[in-house]
Amino acid sequence: MAGEKAPEKKPAEKKPAKKKAGEKKPAEQKPSQKAAGDKKKRVKKYHASRNPVLARGIGRYSRSAMYARKALYKRKYTAPETKIEKKKKEMPRATIIKPVGGDKNGGSRVVKIRKMPRYYPTEDVPRKLLSHGKKPFCEHKRRLRASITPGTVLILLTGRHRGKRVVFLKQLDTGLLLVTGPLAVNRVPLRRAHQKFVIATSTKVDLTGVKIPKHLTDSYFKKKRLRKPKHQEGEIFDTEKEKYELTEQRKVDQKAVDSQILARIKKVPQLRGYLRSTFSLSNGVYPHKLVF
Amino acid sequence: VFKRFVEIGRVAFISFGPHAGKLVAIVDVIDQNRALVDGPCSGVRRQAMPFKCMQLTDFVLKFPHSARQKCVRLAWEKENINAKWSATRWAKKIEAREKKAKMTDFDRYKVMKAKRMRNRIIKHEMKKLQKLASKKGKKPGKPVKKAPKGKKPEKAPKAKKPEKAPAPKAQKAQK
Repeated sequence: MAGEKAPEKKPAEKKPAKKKAGEKKPAEQKPSQKAAGDKKKRVKKYHASRNPVLARGIGRYSRSAMYARKALYKRKYTAPETKIEKKKKEMPRATIIKPVGGDKNGGSRVVKIRKMPRYYPTEDVPRKLLSHGKKPFCEHKRRLRASITPGTVLILLTGRHRGKRVVFLKQLDTGLLLVTGPLAVNRVPLRRAHQKFVIATSTKVDLTGVKIPKHLTDSYFKKKRLRKPKHQEGEIFDTEKEKYELTEQRKVDQKAVDSQILARIKKVPQLRGYLRSTFSLSNGVYPHKLVF
Repeated sequence: VFKRFVEIGRVAFISFGPHAGKLVAIVDVIDQNRALVDGPCSGVRRQAMPFKCMQLTDFVLKFPHSARQKCVRLAWEKENINAKWSATRWAKKIEAREKKAKMTDFDRYKVMKAKRMRNRIIKHEMKKLQKLASKKGKKPGKPVKKAPKGKKPEKAPKAKKPEKAPAPKAQKAQK
């Protein structure tokens, strides 16, 4: 404590008192300069201990009595205000002034930014125990089977395009696979597929030098849901968009990707027909015995 | 009734066990169930082997009983058993089976296309001949309609895998 520094220089014990007094003096002011700088710096003369010793380690007066005897009530010092403390003093804005619209248009009112809670639960929630290793979905580790590489022909097993053979492009951030028919070959557009519901064949299309646009991410493919429940209970389910509308953006992207891939597909004989066909099982065909 | 006998020098095909699929020569008979067997050119050490896992082939070598491996090897190479074996239908069937099991999805598609094309050609020719025959059948003297069927190449369906790919492609190109 900076405030206590000066009186603490005066120690409680007799012996070190004299020593320290002797040491302090040369540090603060030289005795030769005493006469000259008398007015500016008052020489600090240290008083002996005001607490007589009864036995070793035990003084006559208590802590509070000593406070009074040393007149510490008169001597309270604080450290100069640092930059951090100055910054802390800047209080954040508590209220904001907003214009009034609607019925009482024109004027303005003062609105609190941080409002008081409107509900206090009767029981407090118990503190949760610490856990480790429980990551949210966005931090999960994404894996990809070694058999799936860019250009692999995959067989989709679920969804409206089940059984279709499709070209794999890349894995997206959520772990889903970006896949395309190509559209001209089997009517599968740029689409996401789940790794688990896909069979990877050993047939690969050479996709070296194929550039896939950077804006094809998960948010591009995510289904849009409108959030405007302004109406009553009965009408909520009607506005959920069931119809998928094809946008120009999708057409452009599809063309950009497919033109590159179709060129490469044409080079391999019979590959186009292969991609057009669908996969199916028949009698005597067992998936565990098939080599894909 | 029996044409192949267990004898010294008989070449046998091992059907199961650690040496499944290899050829060995019977060097000596140990007892009712086992034989001393050696396959110097097929990577089988000289050892006892039960008869149950051996299937006899048509080939017989000439060497005295309990001849050492060098003699067996000489006899084997003199008869050129390895080449003769791969020329047999037995070996070809085995190979075809293996190829079929290794077919990938794309290969299966290609074979399907090839088979379909082949069958179309055959059917087409058949229909032509049937039409001829039905026309001529009304007139006296029925000509033979079965002969041209022999024209169609009788290929084993699996050896077709590499061969039919160029053949239907040629047809496709013509189309």
